[in-house]
Amino acid sequence: MKKTKRISTDKLFKSFIYVALIGLAISIIIPVAWVFMASLKENSEFYGNPWALPDGFYIQNFVEAFIEANMGQYLLNSVMVTALALLFLLVVALPAAYVLSRFRFFASGLLNVFVKAGLFINVSYIAVPIFLLLLGWDTQLRALMGEDFFLNNRVMLALIYASTALPFTIFLLSSYFETLPSDFEEAANIDGAGYFRTMFSVMLPMAKPSIIIVVLFNFLLFWNEYILALTIMPGDNKTLPVGLLNLMAAERAAVNYGPMYAGMVIVMLPTLILYMIVQKRLTEGMTVGGVKG
Amino acid sequence: MSKKKSRALFIFICISPAILLFTVFMVVPTIEVFRMSLYRWGGLSGSKQFVGFDNFKILWNDTDFIQSFQNSVLLIVLVAIITLFFAVFFAAILTRENIMGNNMFRIVFYIPNILSIVVIAGIFSAVYDPEDGLLNSIFGLLSLDSWEQMWLGNHDIVIYSVAGALVWQAIGYYMVMYMSSMASVPASFYEAASLEGAGKIKQFTAITLPLIWNNIRTTLAFYIISTINLSFLLVKAMTGGGPGGTTEVFLSYMYKQAYGNSTYGYGMAIGVVVFTFSFLLAAIISRITKRDVLEY
Repeated sequence: MKKTKRISTDKLFKSFIYVALIGLAISIIIPVAWVFMASLKENSEFYGNPWALPDGFYIQNFVEAFIEANMGQYLLNSVMVTALALLFLLVVALPAAYVLSRFRFFASGLLNVFVKAGLFINVSYIAVPIFLLLLGWDTQLRALMGEDFFLNNRVMLALIYASTALPFTIFLLSSYFETLPSDFEEAANIDGAGYFRTMFSVMLPMAKPSIIIVVLFNFLLFWNEYILALTIMPGDNKTLPVGLLNLMAAERAAVNYGPMYAGMVIVMLPTLILYMIVQKRLTEGMTVGGVKG
Repeated sequence: MSKKKSRALFIFICISPAILLFTVFMVVPTIEVFRMSLYRWGGLSGSKQFVGFDNFKILWNDTDFIQSFQNSVLLIVLVAIITLFFAVFFAAILTRENIMGNNMFRIVFYIPNILSIVVIAGIFSAVYDPEDGLLNSIFGLLSLDSWEQMWLGNHDIVIYSVAGALVWQAIGYYMVMYMSSMASVPASFYEAASLEGAGKIKQFTAITLPLIWNNIRTTLAFYIISTINLSFLLVKAMTGGGPGGTTEVFLSYMYKQAYGNSTYGYGMAIGVVVFTFSFLLAAIISRITKRDVLEY
């Protein structure tokens, strides 16, 4: 008698668990899938039942988003800024992380603390001071050469993205470099390799798994970032998320929803595809350095 | 070149670009936040006047700021408690129970975390739309018409709508984090408890929770910091602080004052208060949740 009761509560518990799991999964999948569906709907289809499937593939939404709303240009901007920022970040952060984690020198301890303190600085607080800093430089430059340079500059934005990602990246890479035994460097030294040679041909290749995680996390960060891009690129050269913000405001005012959802698809599709390919690395890598902006 | 010299040169070349960029674009702007908060600095004209703590005195009587303060605190508390509950619950299920499609659930739950906050704002605008929104239409289908709401238009509930979007965004991230620390709890503990006749809930409260407590404590600070940040990003993209300032949060008010209004000094004073507040709150919470670490 007791046993059957135990089994039935177990069953009840199990089914409760599945209901909860499926409930959350649905609440995530449905809205995301709905956006994809809505991006293929004609404007007249937005009145009435929101659950109706689109009548056909109304690709015109994407054409409108890409060309009239300039999302094509913004996509190029985002690709360029993200790629450049990742490049800057790796070039600057890798040697720094290597040296900071494996060399003892004057003030090395202090520098480590200095960089780690950066983990507490949030971009949202310093966006406006960065804007004012660039504005100040531009004002001086205009007096000298009569031209603006620092604001509305994609390379500058990429450089600032890379700078704001430095503390987290150096922290993550350092914690990996610290685990490597010093035998590698000694062996390279005996073989006659100099410091640069040792770093480039021995140590950096070994850090490949960490580098991949760094690239993944920062790709998502840079691709999705909007408050810095909005603040220091007030001109026509926008990145995708900022362009999407404008598109959302404009299309809502014009009651023209299709291109808005097309724009959302354009922004999230690259990250979704990347996630499908590397999801395992991403969710495992998160445990290495769990820091969120 | 001597060995010592080449070592020094190597170190210098490797770290100076990082230190330079970090200093110019992070340290200097952070110092500027604190310095500017002491100035009356308005407009692009650049007229600056040192006013000491005047900005903070004005802030003290600024009802808009007080409202944004209340909204932020409400969001932090709500989002932290609800997310913590769901994230721990689902993490425990996915690590302890034998679930079909275990991996698939983990992958799906993490999806919101990879989406841009602008996209999330767009998604939830569609969900909360009063006429053709997904939420209202579901209630309509279930004949629960009385539950239909102006989710983003009703002054009384809009802040909870924002909290809902933030929780939706955060559950997967924290779940994955708790899962990794739960996975390191030895299975033998559960076997022993099971032999002693401890049920699942007892096992959870007596084994899982105490052993991942440190991990939970760390994430409490994350909840504070990231809710302050993400509520700003979401509100700015979704409601713009409206209707009538009911969703204005700390940093959206700061941004409005500093960038929209060009009263930089006043905006930065808000930044200083928010930063100090979040730091103190995190410290206090970390203090009162301190327990003896259990070794295993």
